[in-house]
Amino acid sequence: MTIQGWTLILVFTVLVFAMAKPFGMWLFALYEGRRTPLHRLLGPVERGFYTLAGIDPDAEQSWRRYALHMLVFQLVLVVFTYTVLRLQGVLPMNPRALPGIGADGAINTAISFVTNTNWQWYSGEVALSNFSQMFGLVIHNFLSAATGIAVAFALFRGFARREVASVGNFWADCTRVTLYLLLPVSVVYALFLIASGVPQTLAASVEVTTLEGIKQTIALGPVASQEAIKMFGTNGGGFFNANSAHPFENPTALTNFVEMLSIFALGAGLTWCFGKAVGNTRQGWAILAAMMVLFVAGASVAYWQEAAGNPILHQLGAAGGNMEGKEVRFGIAASALFSVVTTAASCGAVNAMHDSFTALGGMIPLFNMQIGEVVVGGVGAGIYGFLLFALLAVFVAGLMVGRTPEYVGKKIEAREVKLAVLAIAMLPLCILGLTAVSAVMPEGLAGPLNKGPHGFSEILYAFSSGTGNNGSAFAGLSAGTPFYNALLAVAMWLGRFFVIVPVLAIAGSLAAKKHTPETAGSFPTTGPLWIGLLIAIILVVGGLTFLPGLALGPIADHLAMVSGQQF
Amino acid sequence: MTTAQSMFSAKLVVPAIGDAFRKLSPRQLVKNPVLFTTAVVAALLTVLVVVGEDPLPLGFQLQLIVWLWLTVLFGTFAEALAEGRGRAQAASLRAAKSELVATLPDGRTVAASALARGDSVVVAAGELIPADGEVIAGVASVNEAAITGESAPVIREAGGDRSAVTAGTRVISDSITVRVTQEPGKGFLDRMIALVEGAERQKTPNEIALTILLVGLTIIFLIAVSTIPSFASYAGGKIPVAILAALLVTLIPTTIAALLSAIGIAGMDRLVRFNVLAKSGRAVEAAGDVDVLLLDKTGTITIGDRQAGDFIAVSGVTVNALAAAAMLASLGDETPEGRSIVVLAREKFGVAAQELPDGAQVIPFTAQTRLSGVQGDFGLVQKGAVDALLRANPEAANGKDAFELRRISEEIARSGQTPLGVSRDGRLLGVIALRDVIKTGVRERFAELRRTGIRTVMITGDNPLTAASIAAEAGVDDFLAEATPEDKLALIRREQQGGKLVAMCGDGTNDAPALAQADVGVAMNTGTQAAREAGNMVDLDSDPTKLIEIIGLGKQLLMTRGALTTFSVSNDVAKYFAIIPAMFVVLYPGLGVLNVMRLASPQSAILSAIIFNALIIPALVPLALKGVTYKPMGAGALLARNLAVYGLGGLIAPFVGIKLIDLAVTGLHLA
Repeated sequence: MTIQGWTLILVFTVLVFAMAKPFGMWLFALYEGRRTPLHRLLGPVERGFYTLAGIDPDAEQSWRRYALHMLVFQLVLVVFTYTVLRLQGVLPMNPRALPGIGADGAINTAISFVTNTNWQWYSGEVALSNFSQMFGLVIHNFLSAATGIAVAFALFRGFARREVASVGNFWADCTRVTLYLLLPVSVVYALFLIASGVPQTLAASVEVTTLEGIKQTIALGPVASQEAIKMFGTNGGGFFNANSAHPFENPTALTNFVEMLSIFALGAGLTWCFGKAVGNTRQGWAILAAMMVLFVAGASVAYWQEAAGNPILHQLGAAGGNMEGKEVRFGIAASALFSVVTTAASCGAVNAMHDSFTALGGMIPLFNMQIGEVVVGGVGAGIYGFLLFALLAVFVAGLMVGRTPEYVGKKIEAREVKLAVLAIAMLPLCILGLTAVSAVMPEGLAGPLNKGPHGFSEILYAFSSGTGNNGSAFAGLSAGTPFYNALLAVAMWLGRFFVIVPVLAIAGSLAAKKHTPETAGSFPTTGPLWIGLLIAIILVVGGLTFLPGLALGPIADHLAMVSGQQF
Repeated sequence: MTTAQSMFSAKLVVPAIGDAFRKLSPRQLVKNPVLFTTAVVAALLTVLVVVGEDPLPLGFQLQLIVWLWLTVLFGTFAEALAEGRGRAQAASLRAAKSELVATLPDGRTVAASALARGDSVVVAAGELIPADGEVIAGVASVNEAAITGESAPVIREAGGDRSAVTAGTRVISDSITVRVTQEPGKGFLDRMIALVEGAERQKTPNEIALTILLVGLTIIFLIAVSTIPSFASYAGGKIPVAILAALLVTLIPTTIAALLSAIGIAGMDRLVRFNVLAKSGRAVEAAGDVDVLLLDKTGTITIGDRQAGDFIAVSGVTVNALAAAAMLASLGDETPEGRSIVVLAREKFGVAAQELPDGAQVIPFTAQTRLSGVQGDFGLVQKGAVDALLRANPEAANGKDAFELRRISEEIARSGQTPLGVSRDGRLLGVIALRDVIKTGVRERFAELRRTGIRTVMITGDNPLTAASIAAEAGVDDFLAEATPEDKLALIRREQQGGKLVAMCGDGTNDAPALAQADVGVAMNTGTQAAREAGNMVDLDSDPTKLIEIIGLGKQLLMTRGALTTFSVSNDVAKYFAIIPAMFVVLYPGLGVLNVMRLASPQSAILSAIIFNALIIPALVPLALKGVTYKPMGAGALLARNLAVYGLGGLIAPFVGIKLIDLAVTGLHLA
């Protein structure tokens, strides 16, 4: 461990706090449907969309309507992308004349991108045409991010509104977030990446002769435009298989740092936006503080473990930290930090191979995903997932102040508890349930590359990543089989929409409630006590559920490594 | 009613043990999903041991099964014990009810249970009133000790605010005709019996929500445990079913689930012991949530009677002359007010004590004259409301003294006191200032309530000036002066619009709408039937001050649930650290390092965890029945305290407990 390494983590943490308010203010303007400076330019475009689709953006929707429109939209998008992938061979912009994708692979990829997971069983540069990448996939990088934020907005409205039946308009939320936030930032961001050396071209790959005289094919494409929204929208699906470890996706130390920051930008901003929406920004800061305590703890363990390296290799004379699977350009600290950021948020972009991390270093990303990616989290998904835990914390401990539990002015009653528990129970059901199935089925056992507890970790990681809509992989698992494609598609779909629908139901239920003014007798949801309580609930409920799995995976792996046992 | 019973007297415990077994019937048990799950697991293991499937030693398996069944039994026992305490109280009530007979106006005698709403019955001295109703003719003194425990009889009469009578109370003198207002079996007494027995108990909203949470946690842990065999098979091993069962039962929140209904019953029971009858558990919970407290001035904030505070004479009259006249006028006045005038004149103004002169005639106070006084050889002294005094002495009414008298009395009123004019032989002498006496300690109580976030509003018929002054002195947050019942109702509605929960108490028929509108409406037992029907609680002692304690009891009930839930959930950490290493150490010996408690062997670890999990239930029964200590303080301080005790305590206690049990288990060679 080095001073530089710790400074990197510290500076990063400070900048996340610094980003929260500016991004939060921008988000809040969109949440409220206020005019922004961009309206002068893009206002006609927004209105044009509404006219074209016959939508009244001011028509308020009940939570059921909001959820229904959202779901229909997602299904249409899945069908669209599935069709594009299947017909890739006959569609244009296919300079390498790649064939169509198989049914299980196409459905897996369609769901993967629609759910903001961006799990990739294929290598982008080998399997997909430019058309597939740009039209079949990149649109989801925007729309899935916008959907997540729209759902978060609906939940915020549930807390903020009083005795009304509606939670906003899905189409308006989705359009505004895409048009006034995701697109403009991505354009500027892509230009920065191009300036840093990321390619942006429709040309086919180039053939070069290397110094050794060998012919090498270097894949090119519209990388910068995909890279920007891949980070900013916490999508994580790389243009190249190597993802952000590839020099064309992430060429310099500066792009690496900016990419990490951009993963957290909207997640941090949404916490501020939540506080503003419920009329007390300290509520938002408390949430961000709880998230960042968990984050710094995770980042510290990962960095410590990676820097400590593998004692078995030390005995063989290879001193130093664990550099396996890491880019020398980034080193240990920036790789460990990136891995924690990308899994804390539901991004899933990687700049190092998580499979090659030490057992406990790799357990941190795994655990981040298992607790539902609520540490800053994916755009929208992070905050609404976190608020589910907040409801649980309020309910468990809130009674202890002698009142019916309340959170930001809303009483938390049977219906909210039921829905929150339903959404939270989805995580262990998918992660543990599908891992259990894979760990006994021959098709499942064929997947892992490694033997022993590490192989188990690879399966567990895949389903944690899929259910959490993360998309990063413990690369050791050969997941491109019909078995894993199907099971992971199920995990991704359930992990996304079986959380979103209860969240929207909670929004509807809360919006209909009266506002309870805060008094000296109200449960305090700002301040250190509350932050500690949130962390405790996430660790106890989230953590204890997965302890058996973690014990048999990374913990056993670690203990075996320490004692020099190999598999 | 109020006799305290020891919590674990044999009289209560023995029948509770029997009931605990009866409650094992699946139909009863399914109402408690967590205990039901535990019972299913215990039954499954019992079958498995008979079939002989598991590779574990038989003795170990049998011990596990016994402790699993004990876990369930401890849960049903806690509930049975809480119910038993209520039932003991109900026994005396039921005895009172069984012997009720009714005499109809035509002289026929029928059983009380045959009465219908609208029937009229005649109750003579010495008889028990057969049904709840309203006096429609006559006046009688009634002993209500059967309900209230108070042996002094109360007056019940037709018309007015004292017309309600309750079944089971005894008429001491005279005879009254009562119209029955309740269907048989739905009267006050029936409701009370049902309540204290817990028979009619319905889950309250918070209890339902909490049960859902517990079911949710059970499902989550069921998923976590049921996936372990597959994980283990990947590692090339097999986990015995008995051990999985032990892990599941220790993880699911058995502690709070076992105590949940006992907490609810005990909370209701505390209220009944406090002589307050809540019509539903929902009302008790609402009491904990109250934000605004409407308190009647008289009897709650001030003692009912005013006291003489000062004499102010008009110019040309000495204060001593006024004091002497005032004393004379009050000699025949035995009200506390009158006596306080005599005391003030004697002690502060040195007027010699005297008896009522022989032959003097006392003029009593009437509602018409609003004056009282004494007439004799010495002349006529009068005292009374200033305008009444002026009317009674028309020749003085327009003079200089009358003008001054009015000015003085206005000043007195402005300072929050009540003026009482005094005249002697037609001459106006001055004014007695009667002041409200704030009850001792109420100021501190209101400050306490403010700290817990509750706003107090004083309701009074006084004019705004007087009200403001008393409000300031008593330290209430707000007041409603010259309050009519409509004003009260409007105030409650206004507060509720702002999201506040409002509590109030009242007794008159015209209080009924406000009592019904309030979230917590406490009707005085001495009040009318309408008021008692409208409120959701009845205070048998008719003491309006108790509203404050009722709120404390509501908070205590909610806090007890929260505290034990937190305790139960925090316990899981230690149990994991006991069982996970014990379970997996055969697969990966390295996992033994997770055995941070250094438990002797995998089997002793599992047994210790399951024993701790079972024994913690009876250990917490006294806390569940008594409730956690509630001291009024801000929510932040309360949370910090309870989190430290029940959160942190819940984290640490099982580490110590399991270790100690492990030492015992190993010492006794049980595993």
